Amino acid sequence: MATILLLAPLVGALICGLGWRLIGERPAQIIATALLFLSGVLAWIIFFTFSGEPQQIQVLRWIESGSLVADWAIRLDRLTAVMLVVVTTVSALVHLYSFGYMAHDENFDEKRESYRPRFFAYLSFFTFAMLALVTADNLVQMFFGWEGVGLASYLLIGFYFRKPTANAAAMKAFIVNRVGDFGFTLGMLALFFLTDSVSFSVIFDQAAVLGETRLSFLWADWNAANLVAFLLFVGAMGKSAQLFLHTWLPDAMEGPTPVSALIHAATMVTAGVFLVARMSPLMEYADATMAFVTAIGAATAFFAATVGLVQNDIKRVIAYSTCSQLGYMFVAAGVGVYSVAIFHLFTHAFFKAMLFLGAGSVIHGMHHEQDMRNYGGLRHKFPKTFWAMMIGTLAITGVGIPLTHYGFAGFVSKDAIIESSFAAGSGYAFWLLVIAAGMTSFYSWRLMFMTFFGAPRGSRKTHDHAHESPSNMTIPLGVLAIGAILAGVIWYEPFFGSEEAVEAWFGPAIFMAEDNHVLHDAHYVPAWVKLSPFIAMLIGLGLAWLMYIRRPDLPGKLAENQWPLYQFLLNKWYFDEIYDYVFVRPAKGLGRLLWKRGDGSVIDGTINGIAMGLVPLLTRLAGRAQSGYLFHYAFVMVIGIALVVTWFTMTGGAN
Amino acid sequence: MIPADLTVALPEIALAVFAMAALMFGAFAGKDRVAAPILWATVAALLIAALLVAFGPAGTRTAFGGMFIDDAFARFAKVVVLIAAAAVLAMGQDYMARRRLLRFEFPVLVTLSVVGMMMMVSAGDLMALYMGLELQSLALYVLASLRRDSLKSTEAGLKYFVLGALASGLLLYGASLSYGYSGTTLFSGIFAAVESDGISLGLLFGLAFMIAGLAFKVSAVPFHMWTPDVYEGAPTPVTAFFATAPKAAALALFARLGFDAFGAAVGEWTQIVAFLAVASMFLGAIAAIGQRDIKRLMAYSSITHMGFALVGLSAGTATGVQAMLVYIAIYVTMNIGVFAFILSMARDGEPVTDIASLNMYSRREPAKALAMMVLLFSLAGVPPLVGFFGKFYVLWAAVEAGLGWLAVAGVIASVIGAFYYLRIVYYMYFGEEGDALDRAMPAAQWGLLMASAVIMVAGVVNLFGIEGFADAAAQTLVR
Repeated sequence: MATILLLAPLVGALICGLGWRLIGERPAQIIATALLFLSGVLAWIIFFTFSGEPQQIQVLRWIESGSLVADWAIRLDRLTAVMLVVVTTVSALVHLYSFGYMAHDENFDEKRESYRPRFFAYLSFFTFAMLALVTADNLVQMFFGWEGVGLASYLLIGFYFRKPTANAAAMKAFIVNRVGDFGFTLGMLALFFLTDSVSFSVIFDQAAVLGETRLSFLWADWNAANLVAFLLFVGAMGKSAQLFLHTWLPDAMEGPTPVSALIHAATMVTAGVFLVARMSPLMEYADATMAFVTAIGAATAFFAATVGLVQNDIKRVIAYSTCSQLGYMFVAAGVGVYSVAIFHLFTHAFFKAMLFLGAGSVIHGMHHEQDMRNYGGLRHKFPKTFWAMMIGTLAITGVGIPLTHYGFAGFVSKDAIIESSFAAGSGYAFWLLVIAAGMTSFYSWRLMFMTFFGAPRGSRKTHDHAHESPSNMTIPLGVLAIGAILAGVIWYEPFFGSEEAVEAWFGPAIFMAEDNHVLHDAHYVPAWVKLSPFIAMLIGLGLAWLMYIRRPDLPGKLAENQWPLYQFLLNKWYFDEIYDYVFVRPAKGLGRLLWKRGDGSVIDGTINGIAMGLVPLLTRLAGRAQSGYLFHYAFVMVIGIALVVTWFTMTGGAN
Repeated sequence: MIPADLTVALPEIALAVFAMAALMFGAFAGKDRVAAPILWATVAALLIAALLVAFGPAGTRTAFGGMFIDDAFARFAKVVVLIAAAAVLAMGQDYMARRRLLRFEFPVLVTLSVVGMMMMVSAGDLMALYMGLELQSLALYVLASLRRDSLKSTEAGLKYFVLGALASGLLLYGASLSYGYSGTTLFSGIFAAVESDGISLGLLFGLAFMIAGLAFKVSAVPFHMWTPDVYEGAPTPVTAFFATAPKAAALALFARLGFDAFGAAVGEWTQIVAFLAVASMFLGAIAAIGQRDIKRLMAYSSITHMGFALVGLSAGTATGVQAMLVYIAIYVTMNIGVFAFILSMARDGEPVTDIASLNMYSRREPAKALAMMVLLFSLAGVPPLVGFFGKFYVLWAAVEAGLGWLAVAGVIASVIGAFYYLRIVYYMYFGEEGDALDRAMPAAQWGLLMASAVIMVAGVVNLFGIEGFADAAAQTLVR
């Protein structure tokens, strides 16, 4: 069953991508979508019937070279089961949604090109790669999936290949991920070097030993577990757009909106979180790296939230929101409650995919207008989308009944993270997350108010023609809404219940060391801690209401008064500019130097000198030596024999 | 005793008898009118002899008191020589007939020289060596000047003869020195003498002179000077013969002498061979660039290729000999294909050898141009064609034997050499439109051209298993 689940999207991608000319565009799309729904159904069946006992399903022997053995196998445990549900559900819904969203596209309609099968094939291929990643049984297979999703992401960000910005964004995503992948590769090689295996089970068995091992790398000795965990986390930082390697995610919004929902919100970007949770047996022995993970996660959550406050592009707001929420997940993983990290990953997939798809619905209805300053009062034009977005916003901002675990999905899982961070004694992470929660509330409501409330702004014509999206776009929204409302309440116990409940549910899929009691302690934090994110949320809501409903002139004034701060945030803390100055330009300069001087002058110069100067000269000499006179020839032979004899007597006479 | 000896040398004896019978038949039955039947009969006889050798008794047998050796090494070289000779005769028939050069002596002389070559590669004694060599050479001198009314042809024959006599003298001098210092002409005796007493200065001199004589036969620099002139002057089928069978035989004899007689002093002569190899590779590659005549160009090309084959020999190991044998076989195959094409180059019935005449050849004859391109790429050693693997093997053998510098030199030389092969391809595909060549091509030439090109591509799979035979051959020689 798991094998069918894994391969169905690949089959779909192949049929749709290569065979659409034979079977027609629409059947190709339908087949790809149907296969994905099949995967989705199978995933839910596995999810509900799974016993908790890990299974290994061998598909084929993939690599065998010396002691390096990598199988293509499915490692099925609770962690995988959860990820399967997330990936296939969101992907299936996004496929369905794309029927509507991609029906017409101004980028391709002019030339009547076929772009839909290509789009669906990429989506299906992405799903396959993502499934390969989450079902991986060893690091090499995981890396295959890791790169596969990277490739799919690249192709889909650059889907509008006629737009230079889309191409630039696609390359940026790919190149920034190279940095992370370099870390991943190093980590993988280090593990192979240390344990002589890439298989998870072997590595995990030796995790305790690794915690004691010293490893020499670059200029110093390191604790092996810490070093390996750190290197792998660098990979996770790239894929999950954590601070310093986050710059590609906002630009990735150049891709079509369904792509943003699937890849850059619900699934691919959470691969880093999954990696950390998957490596939990190793992570538990890497205290220093775990502290680093927490620090980076909290900083990302805070940083992305601040930038999200002032963005005007509706997709960018949600992108920064994603970045911020990923930071939350890493904090949870960093303080050692992996189940909570996965919990938030799970709920976030629902409401964030829904927010993106909702935004896509608005963008679609507003003829690809993405600037929120040109929206306003759209709730009557988009009633279904409005309510879906409302549910998504309630979920992401964390609305629920304080001090209980009844509330929207985000309320339950986000509060669990904040409480865990406090229980782990990380005041730094706790406060950053609470402040970020307030800001999350502010920018989410700002988005709602600017889009759906107030007076219409921008072009009258666009507003007049605005229309609700077709049902194949609104149905996915409805399905996701159910998840956004209920996912938190239903699965509270297995993800964030008592230690026994969590361990019983996850089994050996995640590992928490004996002295790791954060999960337990998180339930007994003071009441003010439990209330703080709720209060922050209310403050954010109040401020947003004040600034965008009550006094719409306030934001402009505030921006004027705090001009430097506003610019700082609007320009995303100037990360792109700094990177451009520190990395991109020197790299380009070095490249130009090697190209012009190194390659052009030295290498080409030498080769050309020999080829056009020396060789022809020798050719002429050789031609002249071939005089045609017999005595010349004989003379050369005699010289030759003299040389040979001399050589022999000089060297061979020794014995 | 005697009947047993005769069985060992049966293919040689049969061919020799056939040659004399053909000579008699031709002389008495109608001279040149029966030349064509004799030629085709010779082709058949050579092929039958090849089968006889290939499928004859396995193992090592000696005859005439050790003067004649029949082992896997000799058989490998003989098969190459016989097939090459047969192919050259078959494709040259039409050319010779058109130019009224088809005399009945032509196939007979070829057969006699082939007998000489077979004698060479089977030699187990200095006398047998010299006998084989001279039988081969004398037949070749006559072949070179076969076109008696042509100044160039007679000049080529004369030059070849004079220089060949000089080389023979050197070789004979070396042989007499070797005999004098070892007390025997048997290879096994010389081997034993060197093994027990080490190599004396007299033997070293003998070896040096013999190497010089053999280097002349393989046209290794600096004993190569005759090659371009003779290649150019001789009728093209004779040139094709020069470029294939004698080269294979001489190289095999080189290895035979080196390992069978002086196998205990491999370190001494491999240095000289390495020098000859480097000089040949570079001179061949560089001098060929200046050539406009495709026959001269092929002369320098064969000098370069002999250099590469000598690289394998200079490794001084079984792997090296194996690589050399594989290289020879590939080289001969490629040259047969290329010469089949050159034989067909004519304008209004007159042979053309200027490479510029191939301008835009591909437009008119896409199939032939493609086959020729494959062969030229293969000669240049462009992967994944078979020619690349030939080079790869010899260079690999050199690296294994610790001669990294030699391998590097080989790579550089092959880069320089690629230029003139690619220039022909350039003419065929991108040149300017010029006067068209004749389209006609006899079936034998067309077939050999195509077969050779197909082998260059299809052989990539496993080189038709030739490595295995070459390995067995090398193992019997190098102990």
